[in-house]
Amino acid sequence: MTVIVPNSLSAHTPGADSVALTGLAKAFGSVQAVRGIDLSVRRGQTVALLGPNGAGKTTTIDMLLGLTAPDSGSVSVFGRSPAEAIRAGSVGAMLQTGSLIGYLSVRELVAMVAALYPRPLDVAETLRLAGAAGFADRRTRQLSGGETQRVRFAIALVGDPELLVLDEPTAALDVEGRRAFWSAMRGFAARGRTVLFATHYLEEADAYADRIILMAHGQVAADGPPTEIKARVGGKVIRATLRDAAAPALAAIAGVTRAERHGETIALTCSDSDVALRQLLRDYPGCRDIDVRGLGLDDAFLQLTQDHDRSLLTEATA
Amino acid sequence: MTTTGYLRVEVLRTSRNRMFLLFSLTFPLILFFAVAGPNRHGSLAGVPFPLYYMTGMAAWGTMIAVVSGSARIAAERSAGWTRQLRVTPLPARTYFWAKVTCSYLMALASIAALFLAGISLGVRLPVSGWLTTAGLILVGLVPFAALSILLGHVLAVDSLGPAMGGITSLLALIGGVFGPIATGGIWLGVARVIPSYWLVQAGKTALGGHGWPAEAWLVIAAWTMALTGAAFRAYRRDTKRI
Repeated sequence: MTVIVPNSLSAHTPGADSVALTGLAKAFGSVQAVRGIDLSVRRGQTVALLGPNGAGKTTTIDMLLGLTAPDSGSVSVFGRSPAEAIRAGSVGAMLQTGSLIGYLSVRELVAMVAALYPRPLDVAETLRLAGAAGFADRRTRQLSGGETQRVRFAIALVGDPELLVLDEPTAALDVEGRRAFWSAMRGFAARGRTVLFATHYLEEADAYADRIILMAHGQVAADGPPTEIKARVGGKVIRATLRDAAAPALAAIAGVTRAERHGETIALTCSDSDVALRQLLRDYPGCRDIDVRGLGLDDAFLQLTQDHDRSLLTEATA
Repeated sequence: MTTTGYLRVEVLRTSRNRMFLLFSLTFPLILFFAVAGPNRHGSLAGVPFPLYYMTGMAAWGTMIAVVSGSARIAAERSAGWTRQLRVTPLPARTYFWAKVTCSYLMALASIAALFLAGISLGVRLPVSGWLTTAGLILVGLVPFAALSILLGHVLAVDSLGPAMGGITSLLALIGGVFGPIATGGIWLGVARVIPSYWLVQAGKTALGGHGWPAEAWLVIAAWTMALTGAAFRAYRRDTKRI
């Protein structure tokens, strides 16, 4: 029925879009998971889709891969439909959940997937790259969670796809495993491949992506290089015990973007906590129990959406 | 390359599944020797007893071989493996083709084992008789292949065991796998519209060198069409929902 078109990537000019999402929206019942996303990813970019749970990352990825049909909007992968791009072997993916089929060794399973692609990588090399070479002869059902995750990574890589999509790939990995995983991912991206990964760790997005797309409530909240996004959501909160200081006065301190008071406890959200802390101590010497912490992503998103800062953000990252 | 590669892996996985081999290959063999052994000189429904039981057990074993494909489909769906395959170049068509072909290869093994067992108890047929019997069983399994894809998509893994056991047992019983349940009247009428009845009849009709009557082809074709349609709808609904 469908003709398998040889991978016609040479027909794409360098720098052309790998992925283009236009007006993408999806609801599950009354829950609007994705509310209109427009974005394009250029070839060779490593892009992080960053957001808290429920931001719509997985739904967006599922639509990008053709696993979920959008209610409205369109998806283009290398100028084709997701299904066509997948049939041509241009896409490799590691989905958020999934286990492996049984009665096979790791090597047999990865070799089977390799055989589905037109120009796969060497199986042994892929297993080494994914950190699965040490247990390649073991049966798939005898692996630990971390080992399974590495095999799933090998399955995504082995077809040597032009576009690699990873949905929270390090979820089951320990610290060591994460480091190994990201170094393998970087090695793959260095071959000029496009990588799109979803994560809810700002540190991961910051360390391994060229570009961060920040998602909240099914929308793109910010989009730009990691330094800018980090400055935006990587703020800090100063908490302290302090009597006799009004919130508006505290909010006027340099470097403070927002001040709250709960009884004797104050919470200052800062864009520059160093500057704010110096002035706080100078102006309010009675300040005690000082605690400076990074703003969690959830807090950052909450702040972003509450403050209707989106317009500012767009300006900052445009 | 792609298609035969996936089939080879399916066959490899199935042949490593000891429980599957036990129930689809060994059980019918044991039952055949246990029941037909003592009755080897008798007859059943106008047919030599071992011939009837050989075809009956072949029908049963092949039915299990084919219908248990549903358990593998359901397990792969719940493990998320089906979704993983959907982001590889493997077409869904090839996936199902490999599943059904693998079931058929297992069914062939089951038929071969039971024929050998039959010969050992004195079943003698002309070459054309053996071929007709095997061929008709393979044709009669087509609706069961569709049933297996249907069940694999509508049932959850934990309800599949009982459902599969119940359905195959019921179809085996009505079809006369363990002996004819009716020689006339309404029950025979019911049995004659059930595909498993014709699986069992494959041996009897082959004895005279004839194939199935037109009625059998009609019953098999009707079930095939109905179940294939239902399986296709279940597949579409499943892939849309996920």
